[in-house]
Amino acid sequence: MSKRSNEPFLWSLFSAGGMIAALMVPVLLFLFCLAIPLGWVEAPSYSSLLKLAQHPLARLALFAICSLSLFHGAHRFRFTLYDGLQIKHLNELIAIFCYGGAVFGTALAGYILWDI
Amino acid sequence: MKQSPSYTLYHPKWFRKRVSTWWWAEQWRSFKFILRELSSVAVIYFVALLLWLLWSLGRGPDWYQEFQAWMKEPLVMAFNLIAFLFVLYHSITWFNLAPKAMPIRLGGKRLPEWMVAAPNYAAWIVISAVIAWLILGGN
Repeated sequence: MSKRSNEPFLWSLFSAGGMIAALMVPVLLFLFCLAIPLGWVEAPSYSSLLKLAQHPLARLALFAICSLSLFHGAHRFRFTLYDGLQIKHLNELIAIFCYGGAVFGTALAGYILWDI
Repeated sequence: MKQSPSYTLYHPKWFRKRVSTWWWAEQWRSFKFILRELSSVAVIYFVALLLWLLWSLGRGPDWYQEFQAWMKEPLVMAFNLIAFLFVLYHSITWFNLAPKAMPIRLGGKRLPEWMVAAPNYAAWIVISAVIAWLILGGN
C-alpha cells in the first residue's frame, strides 16, 4: 500500500507561484530597487503608496504574490539542494525547512498586510 | 515526503555510478538549469524586500524614507541588479516552458512554440504596465 503523496499539491502551489512571480516580480523589483533609487522615475509619495497598499484588492494581490512566490521558491530551492548538491539523505529536513519557511513567510505577510 | 518503494526480498544491490557534486558545471545546459533553479533565491529575496517595504509603510513616513535610503546603497543596489537579472531569467524560462508543457494542436498540426508562448509575454507586458501605472501614477 503506497501512501498518498502530497507532491501534486505542492507542485500546484509551485506552478501558481511560478506564474505569479514571472508576471509580477520583475516590474516590482525594477521599480523599487532600480528605477526609483536611481532617480529614473519619481518616487511615489508616502501617502499615495500607503493608500494603494491599503486597498483591499491590493492587499489581496500582495498577499497572493508573497505567499505563492514563497511556495514556488521553497519548492524550487528544495530541489536545487536535492539535485544540485545531492543532499538526498537530508530530504525530509530540507523539505520541512523550505515549506516551513514559506508557511512562516505567508503568516508574516498576512500579519503585515492586515496591520498596514 | 516518505518515499514508499516496494522492496523485493533478496534484490541485488544496484550498481550506481558516483556523480560529482559539481555535475551541473560540466555542461552549459545543466549550468543553465542550475541558474534557473537558483532564481528561486532571488524570488525569495524579493518577497523579503517587499515585506520590508510594506512593513515600513505601516510604521510611518520615516520608515519609508529609511527603506528608500537603503535601496540607494551601492552594495544593495548591485545585489538588487543581480536579483533582477535572475528574476528576468525566471520569467523568460517560465514563459517559454508553457508550449513545452502543453503543446496545442490545431487541425492535427502542432502550433509553433512561439505562438503558445506569445500570450504569456503579452500578459507580462500588460500586467507590468498596469502595476507601474498604479504605483507611479498616484503622485
